[in-house]
Amino acid sequence: MTAAAAAAAEAEASVAAAISVRELSVRFDGDAGSITALDRVGFEVPEGGFVTMLGPSGCGKSTLLRAIADLVPVGGGAISVFGRTPEQARRARDFAFVFQDATLLPWRSAIDNVRLPLEVGRKSGVVEQHAEPEALLALVGLDGRENALPHELSGGMRQRVSIARALVHRPRVLLMDEPFGALDEITRDKLNEELLRIWRETGTTIMFVTHSVPEAAFLGQKCLVLSAQPGRVREYVSIGFAEPRALAMRDTLEFVQVTAHLRSLLEEAR
Amino acid sequence: MTAASLGGKGAGTATADDGGGARGIAREARARSPAVRRFRHAPPVIAAAGMLALWQLIVSGFGVPGYIAPSPVQVLRVFFEQGEVLWINFWPTLLEAMAGFALGNSIAVVLAVWFVHNRLAERAFYPIAVFINTIPIIAIAPILMLMLGNGYAPKIVIAALICFFPTLVNMVRGLKAVSPQMLELMRVLSASDREILWKIRLQSSLPFLFAALKIASTTCVIGAIVGEWIGSNYGLGSLIIEATYNFRAPLLYATVILGAGLAVAFFVTTTLLERRILKWKPGAVF
Repeated sequence: MTAAAAAAAEAEASVAAAISVRELSVRFDGDAGSITALDRVGFEVPEGGFVTMLGPSGCGKSTLLRAIADLVPVGGGAISVFGRTPEQARRARDFAFVFQDATLLPWRSAIDNVRLPLEVGRKSGVVEQHAEPEALLALVGLDGRENALPHELSGGMRQRVSIARALVHRPRVLLMDEPFGALDEITRDKLNEELLRIWRETGTTIMFVTHSVPEAAFLGQKCLVLSAQPGRVREYVSIGFAEPRALAMRDTLEFVQVTAHLRSLLEEAR
Repeated sequence: MTAASLGGKGAGTATADDGGGARGIAREARARSPAVRRFRHAPPVIAAAGMLALWQLIVSGFGVPGYIAPSPVQVLRVFFEQGEVLWINFWPTLLEAMAGFALGNSIAVVLAVWFVHNRLAERAFYPIAVFINTIPIIAIAPILMLMLGNGYAPKIVIAALICFFPTLVNMVRGLKAVSPQMLELMRVLSASDREILWKIRLQSSLPFLFAALKIASTTCVIGAIVGEWIGSNYGLGSLIIEATYNFRAPLLYATVILGAGLAVAFFVTTTLLERRILKWKPGAVF
């Protein structure tokens, strides 16, 4: 570990963990017997942190994200989200999810799609602060397109709407499952930069699954590298770049060293 | 409106057309040319006029007697000379078809909602729905006549029955056609089943529902007419029977055309309604 990484690890110890995963195992029962998707996975995400997850296909990255959000039952071990179980955290509406596909409702305008989370799931009596949908669309750079229907927007714009929707109920944890995987590189770079800006402005804890090594290095304060079949933690890499990060940083030697390290871990993980 | 078209009921399980994007664009490009636009309806109109002229020629050229095959002119004359008989019998059929359409589709939609929320109900009642659908409508009609008498009721029920099955099948599919991600999103937000139904499932089922309603809009007329065949002294169905037995071929043809016109009117209304409501569907082909 480098000196910078050690210093970063020290700094984290003083911050309370938002998500703590211990000895987590998840199994799926299929026709061909039981498959272990995740095997004794453990790590912590500091509050307000940005953690990226990298790993070969089928290593259980998405499953891990879903287990944290209480979408997949936990087989063994424990997950704690701000000291609560995933189910309690879900009922308290701590989470927001962003998928590779924007999953917008095609009959609703951009602004009405952003409002959707405010219209459902509030019978639990949780009084929550919420952001102004108009302000959020402006935050993701879509002011003026409030009344556009999803099919009138480009793929990148749709994904922006879906990010605005994810932020509207002020979630404490934003879970992103390859959100920019289907976009072209130029759009992807732009959204990466904007996501960092949004993260700094909102202070939300973010977990971000990706297949792209540069994306994982550029976005994450830490990067969780998983190995496949069964999914295990290969290494939890600290990435100590100077904040705020800019796209040009990706051409520095420091950045290339980090991506080279991540790549070598992925090679071994296969 | 012949007996042959009754057999088409079972095949009436259309699905929402979602592969229309490319075709829609091609169509748009062609529609932009003003010449094409102006004469868009010319080919079918010319073809229909040509066939009517040919029919007229054959009937008068070979001296076919009017009670075997009337000429178009003879049929047209019925609308002016016996218009009152046609109208008196038109209204009951219209009423029965509309009431049957409303009844059959409402029950199908409510059942579909129940099936989607209750796996057990679906497994228990879906086979029964399939079984009822396999009984020829012409065989159920006398049974209903015995049960419900000779009034409007049995005709409405027959029209409802004929609408019911395609709508049930399509509506169940439509309500289930919500992406798994959307359901996960709703679960992350702790949305209730009721909220998912009202905010998401019902709207996303609309393209499927309209595909079924378009089928129902024409079959409900068939249902009403079949009901009137079996036992009635009013309505287009009864007029068909009466005209046939009395060798009043021109009246028979006029009645059939009126029945077909009714079905077309229902179909067009449904299509216009669909176009208004499904504006959000990109590249929708109507």
